[in-house]
Amino acid sequence: MTSLFEEITETDEEVPVRRVTITVNGRKRTADIEPRLLLAHLLRQGLKLTGTHTGCDTTNCGACTVLFDGQPIKSCTMLAVQADGHEVTTVEGLASSEQLSPVQEGFKEEHGLQCGFCTPGMMVAATALLAENPDPTEDEVRFALSGNLCRCTGYQNIVKAVLWAARRTRGEA
Amino acid sequence: MYPARFRYEAPRTLEEAIELLHEGQGEAKVLAGGQSLVPLLKLRFAAPELLVDINNLTDLGYHRIEADGTIRVGALRRHGELERAADLSAAQPTMAAAAPLIADPVVRSRGTLVGSLCHADPQGDWAAVATALGGYVVAHGPKGRRQIPVTEFVTGPFQNTLAYDEVAVEAVMPPPTQGAVVHGGFLKLERRVGDFATAGAAISIELVGDRVARAGIALTGVGSRTLHAAEAEEALTGGVLDGRAIEHAADLAAGIAEPSSDHRGSADYKRHVVHTFVSRILTRIAQPGPGRPGEPERTAA
Repeated sequence: MTSLFEEITETDEEVPVRRVTITVNGRKRTADIEPRLLLAHLLRQGLKLTGTHTGCDTTNCGACTVLFDGQPIKSCTMLAVQADGHEVTTVEGLASSEQLSPVQEGFKEEHGLQCGFCTPGMMVAATALLAENPDPTEDEVRFALSGNLCRCTGYQNIVKAVLWAARRTRGEA
Repeated sequence: MYPARFRYEAPRTLEEAIELLHEGQGEAKVLAGGQSLVPLLKLRFAAPELLVDINNLTDLGYHRIEADGTIRVGALRRHGELERAADLSAAQPTMAAAAPLIADPVVRSRGTLVGSLCHADPQGDWAAVATALGGYVVAHGPKGRRQIPVTEFVTGPFQNTLAYDEVAVEAVMPPPTQGAVVHGGFLKLERRVGDFATAGAAISIELVGDRVARAGIALTGVGSRTLHAAEAEEALTGGVLDGRAIEHAADLAAGIAEPSSDHRGSADYKRHVVHTFVSRILTRIAQPGPGRPGEPERTAA
């Protein structure tokens, strides 16, 4: 059980609290939260899954992208209470304990990162793309990642990494 | 950033949602995709006392194309679902052109068309599309349902004409003229993906033979609300889509733009973009060729 409720109590007024159960990376997690808590904060502070980054906090950068019932969403732009009864996959859930996912391996092989801040969001968005389209063109990769900002790489190696992962997934790399 | 404190309810039925809104006495907000509302809550531009999350009303997650061509989009249909809908891209070129240009792909997983209409952002995309298509919003309140034409629904920046205890349950695009071929396009200038529109134009043209049976033109990003280019529509209706008609319509459309100069460009520049977009979409319709994303292609209805 995780309570985030002390951290954000500001006044003596009655604080509404909700109990939610969310399947995070395949594991059921229950928490008592304030409805105004954002999903990104529950993941990072409540569940200590700090792979999900909060960059801009204004729905622009995509660093906080996670899969919500398989679809990529910006976890800074969803209330944690809305995830009650749903499935969330963070970057930590992409790999098994023994093996990196093809997308993660691709980022390693093609040097798809520099500072690494945008990387979790990029990997999650790329994972969602490849689940839907296992053989994307370069344009399709760029289009699918256009909601995720990187200020280091110029995107070149990120796109290469995703194309590498697509080839690996198809058994060609 | 944390939103201000609010009470949260996630009703299971529409009736319950309406009751909650009624109880809220104007201090309640409906939460659908949340891609505009949650940022507003975080920035504390909005601080409702009660949030009525309608995401459990899964019956509203539909779009339908009826036999006569009427298109109905439920309040929980997400942009991304519309973007990937093959039936929609075959039947409705203006919507098909706009869907992949809404915000960015991650936002499109969550945000909704109806929510975008309700948000009434002067730089929003769907309100321009719905205006060009002569669309309306179906509002459901304690006294039942009513239809509100989009031109009357969006009244100003972030203002709509919903009563405080009504839920916008559906957006409807009426059927095209019988026997007409439906053409259309949507073009938007943005500095980067996901930025607000510097200027945008949505156009729908229904042709019977080579005559324009119906024209719909609306602009986004160049006024304090979505602009309806009614004079440009009238000028095209009944005529042939030739170079002179196109130039005249583009002049009229650019004439109603009320852009302001800002970091996205000067007012003159934005008016020029409107002229170019209107003329480009109409020219494409008149002389179809291979399309690019965001540009109209010839589509039979």
